[in-house]
Amino acid sequence: MTTATVERRGRRGVELSLLVCAVLICVSGYVTVGLARNHQVPPDVAGYGAGLGVLALLAHLAVRLRARWADPLLLPIAVLLNGLGLVLIYRLDLSTPGERAAPAQLVWSTLGVTLFIVVVVLLRDHRVLQRYAYLSVAAALALLTVPIFFPAVNGAKIWIRIGGLSFQPGEFAKILLAVFFAAYLAANRQALAYAGRRIWRLQLPAGRVLGPLVAIWLLSVGVLILERDLGTSLLFFGVFVIMLYVATGRTGWVAAGLLLAGAGAFAVGTLEPHVHNRVQDWLDPFASIAAGRGPGQLAQSLFSFAAGGVLGTGLGLGHSTLIGFAAKSDFILATAGEELGFTGLTAIFLLYALMTARGYGAGLALRDPFGRLLAVGCSSILALQVFVIAGGVMGLIPLTGMAMPFLAQGGSSVVTNWIIVALLIRVSDSARAPDPEAAETGEDLTVSALPTAVEESR
Amino acid sequence: MTPCIRRAAALLLLLFFALLANALRVQVIEADALDSNPANRRPAISRYAQPRGDILAGGKPVTGSKDTGEQLRFERTYADGPLYAPVTGYASQTYGASLLEEAEDALLSGADPALARLPFLGGGARPPGGNVVTGIRPSMQRAAFEGLDGRRGAVAALEPATGRVLALVSSPSYDPGMLSGTGKRVRDAWAELTADNAAPMLNRAIRQTYPPGSSFKIVTAAAALEAGVVADAEAPTRTPEPYTLPGTATTLPNEAAGCRNASLAYAVQWSCNTVMAELGVRVGLEGMLDAVAAFGFNDGSLRIPSLVTRSNFDADMTEDQLALSAIGQFDTKATPLQMAMVAAAVANGGEVMRPHLVDRVTQADGDLVPRAAQHARPSVHRTAMSPSTAQVMRRLMVAVVEEGTGHNAAIEGATVGGKTGTAQHGVGNAGTPYAWFIAWAQADDAARPAVAVAVVVEDASAYREGISGDRIAAPIARKVMEAALKG
Repeated sequence: MTTATVERRGRRGVELSLLVCAVLICVSGYVTVGLARNHQVPPDVAGYGAGLGVLALLAHLAVRLRARWADPLLLPIAVLLNGLGLVLIYRLDLSTPGERAAPAQLVWSTLGVTLFIVVVVLLRDHRVLQRYAYLSVAAALALLTVPIFFPAVNGAKIWIRIGGLSFQPGEFAKILLAVFFAAYLAANRQALAYAGRRIWRLQLPAGRVLGPLVAIWLLSVGVLILERDLGTSLLFFGVFVIMLYVATGRTGWVAAGLLLAGAGAFAVGTLEPHVHNRVQDWLDPFASIAAGRGPGQLAQSLFSFAAGGVLGTGLGLGHSTLIGFAAKSDFILATAGEELGFTGLTAIFLLYALMTARGYGAGLALRDPFGRLLAVGCSSILALQVFVIAGGVMGLIPLTGMAMPFLAQGGSSVVTNWIIVALLIRVSDSARAPDPEAAETGEDLTVSALPTAVEESR
Repeated sequence: MTPCIRRAAALLLLLFFALLANALRVQVIEADALDSNPANRRPAISRYAQPRGDILAGGKPVTGSKDTGEQLRFERTYADGPLYAPVTGYASQTYGASLLEEAEDALLSGADPALARLPFLGGGARPPGGNVVTGIRPSMQRAAFEGLDGRRGAVAALEPATGRVLALVSSPSYDPGMLSGTGKRVRDAWAELTADNAAPMLNRAIRQTYPPGSSFKIVTAAAALEAGVVADAEAPTRTPEPYTLPGTATTLPNEAAGCRNASLAYAVQWSCNTVMAELGVRVGLEGMLDAVAAFGFNDGSLRIPSLVTRSNFDADMTEDQLALSAIGQFDTKATPLQMAMVAAAVANGGEVMRPHLVDRVTQADGDLVPRAAQHARPSVHRTAMSPSTAQVMRRLMVAVVEEGTGHNAAIEGATVGGKTGTAQHGVGNAGTPYAWFIAWAQADDAARPAVAVAVVVEDASAYREGISGDRIAAPIARKVMEAALKG
């Protein structure tokens, strides 16, 4: 734990030098792709490097101005992953002429960084969000419901298409729900933890506070059934269970949550054909080969990872385009796995793990329950997304459509993840700030300096 | 709250560990199995990512590669497909490869480790495909191909002193280029070729066996001389005519006149069935089996480097069957290449040199690729007979061409030895007879024969039995030998 009495430094210089490294890594990746595919340095490499550099610099300036105590690792990791994603998409574009996705992704990334700056600049204190808890949940429900009225795309009703633009409102709903969960649980954690009956060794909460939670469970199952989006449902539920456990400290919640999730997943996996197929694919990725229909997407994805081996084929030299549909979005990790190998994949996983750890670190250092829960929620969203989609494309769990944060093609996802990073920057700024703002929380500074002892004495 | 946050963090850490462990499983532990899954296209993609090495005949490539720009990038092309198809075979992205394309695939595709100049520094990059230089002589190949003129049959020609294959022709032929790529066009071509009754993709020169008929009498005659059954080729053999097959009431007829009690020389020259059948019986089954094995029969392992089908002489027969086998009937069957080896044995003083198509293999830039077993190094494959027996057999075969049944093979300015054959086949000998001619030729100013050849033509029905070998097959053999002597 950190204490407010030690002299602190903002470490913005560290952030800036890490950003320079991140941009240089991405530019060298871009050059490598060009050399491997076309035997020449891409003509627009200066533009690409400058664009990414300017975005990183603007984000850095926003942090320096308005969140000078923020964690210096969060922004460089986000820039590195986003830049790497652009490199991978650009690389896949070269193998799929006529389907250029990188320019659009660059526009979305710019929008994402812009929103990041807006949030960092305008949101001076994360506790403001606590006031908008019920507005958040209403907006989230609306966003989740809207796509039901739009036609299904590739079996999942998660898209809104207006003109040439399409986006996934469910992505934005993640943040809103995290804000709502954090606010609701911060307000009701005592009631959830200590009221209610006790069955055997499980302490159940009172029915009054149980209502909203059951509603959330129904919501995630509803999303699953109506929109056939197993991934988002799994994510909502996972984040919810983690936040609930953190708020109440009751393992009973985790048990009940897992039980409900298991029952729900089993029922849907058995009854809903789209999900059922995914489960069958996961159990035997090579069934379609044996049946003479050639390898399916998951089999192709596994081939791709295997082809990478330990060191990878090198950027631009793999054949992950064999995956076909969604190679740039859901299956983007296969390209990373094939061309960067187990080594590169480990680095990418470590970046995500580091980002998650930094978010959790901010949560630990904070003193207000809402901020702690928000940090835990946002970090968990990131980590669970990575687990659900990386585990899916690598045959660890049944495949569900979900974007690899920052890497995958998909505007809504990139923008959402930049907002999540902005929130993490904001809470980490509060967590690491040396100023005596703690007084505003109503807690005594000397007490909050020893929160562990306080928590555990309860 | 703090311990709970820590535990939640630990849970997420566990998930990341699960991802890493799973990545290790897919990318390292199970990688080989996934890489070699037959549905994985990567091996094919890298295989066709560069031009395939070429096959050369007469110093010039008879193959090529074209850049299709598709996923499987380079496709095989053939300059003179049907002419060289029995040599090259096909190299198809859909149906794999055959013959030389198959046997030398590792070298042609660049996968052969011998091609890597710095084996430990090459990394993963595949070196360019190497070239396969054959000993095929284009003029002879063309002479044989044009001689067969689309009729079903085959020609095999060897250089007796080295075993180098000089011509290998099968007819009717096909263009292997039609099978190179992928897609419906290729599948249709394949379906059509495989359904064709004339079996154009069958390499009749090395993969089809025919009853050799009277051309087999060279083997029987050599066996009789080697076994001492006949001491003097000019002396009467005390054989009856008509000849009753031992243990049966069946009499064996002769096409030729004057075969009763004829000498071996006369019997070869005029192709006396009675004499040769009786001599075969006198040599005995054991002796005949030794003799045919010494010519290369009953061996299914010969590779040139394409596998050559086993030529057969039964090992378990009654005496009447042995008598028929000795004149190239019953179950005696030979590939045209095997019969060319018979002629080459006589031409080369009794030694059968190991037949080989590939002279040498080179890097794409022409540098020789070292090989543990260089195909080109001439080596003795079998010793068919002693030099003195070979001397006698030479004389007998020359007489066939100069005075006997094979005069259509005579070449001015050269010594030619030959033997005709007309083989019955089918149930009750109902099939159209096969016309055979085996021969060798030596230019008058040369130290030794330059070429040995075997020709078989399947549909010889239009001609009277006994002379079809001379009328149909011998002129083709002569053209091939003339081409050999000119070069």
